[in-house]
Amino acid sequence: MSQFTINLLFVGASFALYFGIAFWARAGSTKEFYVAGGGVHPVLNGMATAADWMSAASFISMAGLIAAGGYANSTFLMGWTGGYVLLAMLLAPYLRKFGKYTVPDFIGDRFYSRTARLVAVACLIIASVTYVIGQMTGAGVAFSRFLEVENDTGLMIAAVVVFFYAVLGGMKGITYTQVAQYVVLIIAYTIPAVFISLQLTDTFIPAIGLFSNHTESGMPLLQKLDEVVRELGFQDYTADVDNKLNMVLFTLSLMIGTAGLPHVIIRFFTVPKVADARWSAGWALVFIALLYLTAPAVASMARLNLLSTIYPDGPTSQPIEYAERPDWIKNWETTGLIKFEDKNADGRIELYNDTPAFKAEATARGWKGNELVVNRDILVLANPEIANLPSWVIGLIAAGGLAAALSTAAGLLLAISSAISHDLIKGTINPNISDKGELLAARMAMFVAIVVATYLGLNPPGFAAQVVALAFGIAAASIFPALMMGIFSKRVNSKGAVAGMLAGLISTLVYIFLFLGWLFIPGTASFANTPDNWLFGISPLSFGAIGAVINFSVAFLVSSMTEAPPKAIQDLVESVRYPQGAGKAVDH
Amino acid sequence: MSDQNLNAQQYWQANLRLILGCLVVWALASYGCAILFRPLLSGIHIGGTDLGFWFAQQGSILVFIILTFFYAWRMNKLDEKFGLEE
Repeated sequence: MSQFTINLLFVGASFALYFGIAFWARAGSTKEFYVAGGGVHPVLNGMATAADWMSAASFISMAGLIAAGGYANSTFLMGWTGGYVLLAMLLAPYLRKFGKYTVPDFIGDRFYSRTARLVAVACLIIASVTYVIGQMTGAGVAFSRFLEVENDTGLMIAAVVVFFYAVLGGMKGITYTQVAQYVVLIIAYTIPAVFISLQLTDTFIPAIGLFSNHTESGMPLLQKLDEVVRELGFQDYTADVDNKLNMVLFTLSLMIGTAGLPHVIIRFFTVPKVADARWSAGWALVFIALLYLTAPAVASMARLNLLSTIYPDGPTSQPIEYAERPDWIKNWETTGLIKFEDKNADGRIELYNDTPAFKAEATARGWKGNELVVNRDILVLANPEIANLPSWVIGLIAAGGLAAALSTAAGLLLAISSAISHDLIKGTINPNISDKGELLAARMAMFVAIVVATYLGLNPPGFAAQVVALAFGIAAASIFPALMMGIFSKRVNSKGAVAGMLAGLISTLVYIFLFLGWLFIPGTASFANTPDNWLFGISPLSFGAIGAVINFSVAFLVSSMTEAPPKAIQDLVESVRYPQGAGKAVDH
Repeated sequence: MSDQNLNAQQYWQANLRLILGCLVVWALASYGCAILFRPLLSGIHIGGTDLGFWFAQQGSILVFIILTFFYAWRMNKLDEKFGLEE
């Protein structure tokens, strides 16, 4: 059987499964559409949350980021898991007790203000739309590589699939497909990792293999990797970071942003009880950790594997000849994600870090520049090929990558559509809309959101990479602090909350735009995006945490100068703090 | 103040103390051991590298899991103790 047939088989079977589940779990009411009827088991919700959360970025890009950055990029591992601790203790149980359908619902009610609700809707839509673009393009890449269709065709297929089960099933359909998608993606991620760990370290569990001895050299794996990259002019894999302040703030921004992302928060509205919301956060973290503990092992092992493929006799000997390159390099060259240029015309692939510090050594070896450019994102997808794994593993990776992209896209689209149908239409424009009417509006909003996301995926704005930073920045600087203050303070009033959200949002946007271009238009950046220009060495990507501090400070300051919230609101705060009497999600 | 109110207030105070304790551990594992104190812990070797590296890529995540389950377990106990469970 050809690789193409195998890929088709794996992807086709997984899609048939998702369709089957979607048909079985159709939504009949708004409550089912928004919160899956409020009866999802906490372990299942944990699994769905994990799939909801782990996007194309986690599945495809993260290991590549860590492989390239080594210790310095551990920030992603900690940042994208540590947020769940905040979510579990500071938000999820209380928002579950509040018992409504959306994040702006809580902000609007708690701060008794239509303005607050609308600001929350705006933040939610900007954060979610920017995020969904990445998922659609990720799905497009996976389709085009594994099913040999055009990138755009791949994206259209992804859109149709998501459309089918998200519009039909709402949160109910999404929840159960996400559970299935989690199973697919975790198997797809783990199996190649186990194989590679066995090959390199004779250790079955990748997370332990990472700290074991490299079988071939007998040295600890990480020491071996440090040695190899050093020989080629790269920084040590385990090297420490000088700018600790920025590392701390970046990790903190990712954590707060994670806890403030609406599509994750609304998953906790689907469990029956407050106690379940607490357990569910723990289970979500366990299921996420299965991938996140494996990712750093995949990263270091793949980097070592890649370098030993290019330098079969070690980095101090000659690299391989281009004519004798392995098939996986040829495969990925056709996608343009691996590029080779024989700068010194010796027919060999010289891969090294072309920096001034390494110049002398490179010249001595007759090298005239780095000749192989490998896109970081292909690392996980190409991993099975690099390690010569059987072709069914490659089919599995294809299905897994698509599961990761589609599950997150569906979750985001639901967050967007519920904000439009529930908060904008029912909450603001037409409060008397019937349940049937609202359900129809929700489905139409979902349809429009998919069309917009597909359009943006087909014509990606040139700043696709930066916008993810924007999503986290906005969630960290606007949504998280507003929710937390709404629960933990009875004194913060509507004026304080609105002022705080706007201050956090605007300061973060301005700081990002200063360095990355106003509205990300190339060439409009006020300062070059280099550490020398950053305020106190804080990168634009790390500013979300500062934005959150600004939000908190402004909100408390403004609230303290204005009147206390009405008694009814103080009672509402009181009621979300105690689990008693939560019952099922309020019907309204 | 009625007994019920007093009860509720004690419950909330206990919750805040628990959160604070958990967040101290949360910060120590990630910002402490994995980032700021890594140079101090560099003497402790683990699998070809140092303890700080292990915390950054494995340990902190394991600590996060333990913390969330610990919090859920303690809080569900507190709910019972104060008669506030659903």
